Amino acid sequence: MSDSSLQLILDSLPFLLKGAGWTVLLSLGGMFFGLALGFFLALMRLSRLMVLRGVARVYVSFFRGTPLLVQLFMIYYGLPELGIQLDPLPAALVGFSLNMAAYICEILRAAIASIDRGQWEAAASIGMTRAQTLRRTILPQAARTALPPLGNSFISLVKDTSLAATIQVPEMFRQAQLITARTFEIFSMYLTAAVIYWILASALAALQNTLENRVNRHDQER
Amino acid sequence: MIEVRNLTKWFNGQPVLKNIALDVSAGEVIAIIGPSGSGKTTLLRCLNLLETPDRGHIRIADITIDAGRSMGSQQNQIRALRQRAGFVFQNFNLFPHRTALENVIEGPVVVKGEARESAETRGRALLAKVGLAGKEDAYPRRLSGGQQQRVAIARALAMQPDVILFDEPTSALDPELVGEVLTVIRDLANEQRTMIIVTHEMSFARDVAHRVLFIDQGVIVEQGEAKALFANPKEERTQRFLSKFRNDEA
Repeated sequence: MSDSSLQLILDSLPFLLKGAGWTVLLSLGGMFFGLALGFFLALMRLSRLMVLRGVARVYVSFFRGTPLLVQLFMIYYGLPELGIQLDPLPAALVGFSLNMAAYICEILRAAIASIDRGQWEAAASIGMTRAQTLRRTILPQAARTALPPLGNSFISLVKDTSLAATIQVPEMFRQAQLITARTFEIFSMYLTAAVIYWILASALAALQNTLENRVNRHDQER
Repeated sequence: MIEVRNLTKWFNGQPVLKNIALDVSAGEVIAIIGPSGSGKTTLLRCLNLLETPDRGHIRIADITIDAGRSMGSQQNQIRALRQRAGFVFQNFNLFPHRTALENVIEGPVVVKGEARESAETRGRALLAKVGLAGKEDAYPRRLSGGQQQRVAIARALAMQPDVILFDEPTSALDPELVGEVLTVIRDLANEQRTMIIVTHEMSFARDVAHRVLFIDQGVIVEQGEAKALFANPKEERTQRFLSKFRNDEA
């Protein structure tokens, strides 16, 4: 790598970091809304009503069974034909949230299903309602099971936000593309972007570990 | 106190309980014995609606559940009944993410809305009563099976139930831990608490229960005063079931 490459990286860094800001925003937003919707879907999957279970199952099947890129294109390029025009950033946020919700629903559903039936019965035996049982007994335990896969999904999402470059969102990968188009310093620029993704993912993995340790508190010496 | 009529339950087209009738008066201790698969655990689980009966009705204190009506429409009564009928599980089923004390006060605080301080005071007293003073802050994982089952008994007692249902409370325990749990149950019997105990501990059933029910193939084959039934079973099936136990005793 020549000195000029190094200089170019330093010069480009402000643009890349600005893009990284959008990357982080998209990731956090997608995770937040994905969790909210995914939790709701998981409750639907556990519902006694067949209609709710069916709707949730079809939703999950569709969003897990089609490419995220196609989903983003449908939302950004396709919806305007139906009269729904979204700016790039909201379109990406909607796409990531809807997609994450499907995965998160399955993670939560599996985590809840992994809790021993005896826990439901113990809660019922002291007169708890279903909602109390979920909130006080099932979800705190399911959270332990769900945290590792949720963390992995989040890290995947951070990397997948690069797909938003294809619908004009000025996130980090898009910034790198724009700079390489101008300077032809392809390798060093994408390497820089990759390193920033790597740092973000590593920070998240560390956070995930901390959280898991905290949730697993009751396993430890007491 | 408890009245059961025509209680019938099928599993996959097979009847497991056939027209069970049962009356329990306040302060009575009942032991239910019988071979595996006889329906004795199902009967106990029907009493607090952990299993949904297909026919008949169950009354505990002033709460009646009618199997003829949909369970959904009786949810409030079912929850009220469960607060009157404490349940102790074979596998304890403590909440693993809560300490012993938190397990005990969960029902009073969350279900009954009791103030935390008063629930904790009662909870500590209950843990002391079952011999677990000093273990308040221990998580279930750190407790032996016998200790866990005693926490589970304290958890049931914390709801101040009218009756406590025990589902083979010592079956999952190592032999040397059975005694401590039976001692606690015996103490409760001495307090004139109403209890129904499904058990394989024959000498315990004979010594602690007032009345013993022998169940086989979904029917109450024979019932009677505990010592009399163990000494002189009338039905041939009861005699066969008890023969091994009686030989061991002889």
